[in-house]
Amino acid sequence: MPGLYLENIEKRFGGVVAVREVTLELPQGRFVCFLGPSGCGKTTLLRLIAGLERPSRGRIFLDEEDITEQPAHRRRFGMVFQSLALFPHLTVEENIAYSLKIRNVAAAERRRRSEELLELVRLPGYGGRGIAQLSGGQRQRVAIARALAIEPRLFLLDEPLSALDAKLREEMQLELRLLQQRLGITTILVTHDQREAMSLADWIVVMGTDNRVHQTGTPLEIYRRPADAFVAGFIGTSNLLRGVLGKDGRVRVGGLALRVETLPAGMSPGGEVTLSIRPEEIPLLPGGREGENHLSGRVTFVRDVGASIEIHLDCGGIPLVSASTPKNRPDLRQGDAATAFLPPAACVVLAP
Amino acid sequence: MIAERPRGALARLPLLYPAVVLIVFFVIPFGIMLAVSFFRREPGGFYLAEFSLTNYANLFTALFGRVLAFSLFISAFCALLCVGLGFPFTYLLTRMPRPRQVVWLVLLVSVLSLSAVIVAFAWSIMLSQTAGVSNLLVRLKLLAEPRSWSPGFWALVCGMAYLAFPYTVLVLYPPLARLDPHLPEAARTLGASPLRTFFTVVVGSLRRAIIATLVMVFAFNLGTYLLPQILGRPQHWTLSVLITDEAIYRSNLPLAAAMAVFFMVVSLALVGLAMLGGRGRPGEEA
Repeated sequence: MPGLYLENIEKRFGGVVAVREVTLELPQGRFVCFLGPSGCGKTTLLRLIAGLERPSRGRIFLDEEDITEQPAHRRRFGMVFQSLALFPHLTVEENIAYSLKIRNVAAAERRRRSEELLELVRLPGYGGRGIAQLSGGQRQRVAIARALAIEPRLFLLDEPLSALDAKLREEMQLELRLLQQRLGITTILVTHDQREAMSLADWIVVMGTDNRVHQTGTPLEIYRRPADAFVAGFIGTSNLLRGVLGKDGRVRVGGLALRVETLPAGMSPGGEVTLSIRPEEIPLLPGGREGENHLSGRVTFVRDVGASIEIHLDCGGIPLVSASTPKNRPDLRQGDAATAFLPPAACVVLAP
Repeated sequence: MIAERPRGALARLPLLYPAVVLIVFFVIPFGIMLAVSFFRREPGGFYLAEFSLTNYANLFTALFGRVLAFSLFISAFCALLCVGLGFPFTYLLTRMPRPRQVVWLVLLVSVLSLSAVIVAFAWSIMLSQTAGVSNLLVRLKLLAEPRSWSPGFWALVCGMAYLAFPYTVLVLYPPLARLDPHLPEAARTLGASPLRTFFTVVVGSLRRAIIATLVMVFAFNLGTYLLPQILGRPQHWTLSVLITDEAIYRSNLPLAAAMAVFFMVVSLALVGLAMLGGRGRPGEEA
């Protein structure tokens, strides 16, 4: 199968494990995000794929060819670094055409190709400029154009947008996504920003502070069905309730027995579990309502940011957050009694 | 940022200090030398304060020309050698873990504490026939019999390069340590072999630092006075030796001063030329 395949990859620096037992299959043409908190090994994993580091164990295959021992300069991958790493002594055009010059492409062809790439990243006519004369966003585009000059087999990006301000970053995210869709090139982007990963990727690899891959899947899958408590907490906000699985298939949290629609395979009664419920899945009702999966409590805090409203509750020692849109805004104030309903379908049971 | 211009004598005080130092330690001594170079020598005495161009006219001898050319040549040659050896050395040094870098830097700095006399005699012993490295090579069957390599041109090169090498590394260290490690990595991912990366990206992006170091080491080498007399033959004596000879042994201070001024003008011209050649593109970062 064409694509990138990592087999049981491990990377140690001295005694420190940076990447632990990673086995991944990334099909061709996808936009993949490696997502995780800092220090989770996502950048190291990208550098292993680029050939800038050697794995301590495991193998890397691209289109069924073992590239583990192939040096970085023979891999024909395009990489955009966090610092961008544009060559300060070369012009924009010389930067973009660097890889072509290395491959002895004729000067006229180099010029044609770099003009074409500058067109692609919407910087036409910038070829003669020095790197120091460019703004942050322009440098970003030059770095992308440079990485794409040789029509790479893989396009790797190491948090390239983290230095930009919020507005420019969102613009670049959109552009990057459109560019990737146009070129159809397999792309891996490393980020710690779950919003960025959700808006760019069609495949997300979530890594945790234990340097393992916790879950892979489409953004929605990962959001709706997080594999474990770490993923549920890291992707978006989630209400995480610790409990015990009862014999009747209900989850006991505090003194409550909550019904859940599906139980993951391999869970045995009496075992500890974590329940994850997204804030927007919890409707709030006036106080005093009773019924299955109804929790009564008191409003502790209301965060109204206009586009969405977050209401924090304390339900007999269990903290809950409910989110709603302004249209469905429940009429509740701090201190009011309220009832939260946890729909059985929205309760995701996770290993503790 | 717009800073307000300093007003009044008090505000200018901080500028006064460097100005005074420059005048007392540089402008005045140089002025005296410049003046003396136009004075007339009094045989048997010192000099007479009369304006004459005879000293400069007397400069243009075959000997002076040859010694001047040799001084410039060996200074430039050793500067190229030091930077040629020192640049890759410093590059690899900056890629090492920090504690190991410190050990190397301390070692290098400790070389600076050796006086030129010790260095010169050490090299002359090392390159001698009786106790030198050629005996080792004979042991290793690489040479038939021990040879004497000192005094000679290459012995002088060894001594001069040895003294200038620590300075070369210390001057190259800051720009190389500041080099973004992602630059060579980016070149690797773009298809450049490690060697090609080194020349196109590491050397390329530090071109100006390299030229500045060449100029500094060249200027440092120009002052070599002791080494040529111990490690070189008379044809390897530098202009500093000739100037000292003229000033001290022949008591012709005006001629020695004229030589020194002329030497300086030629050196400055060469340095200026090198700086001009090393100018970056507009907007390029230093």
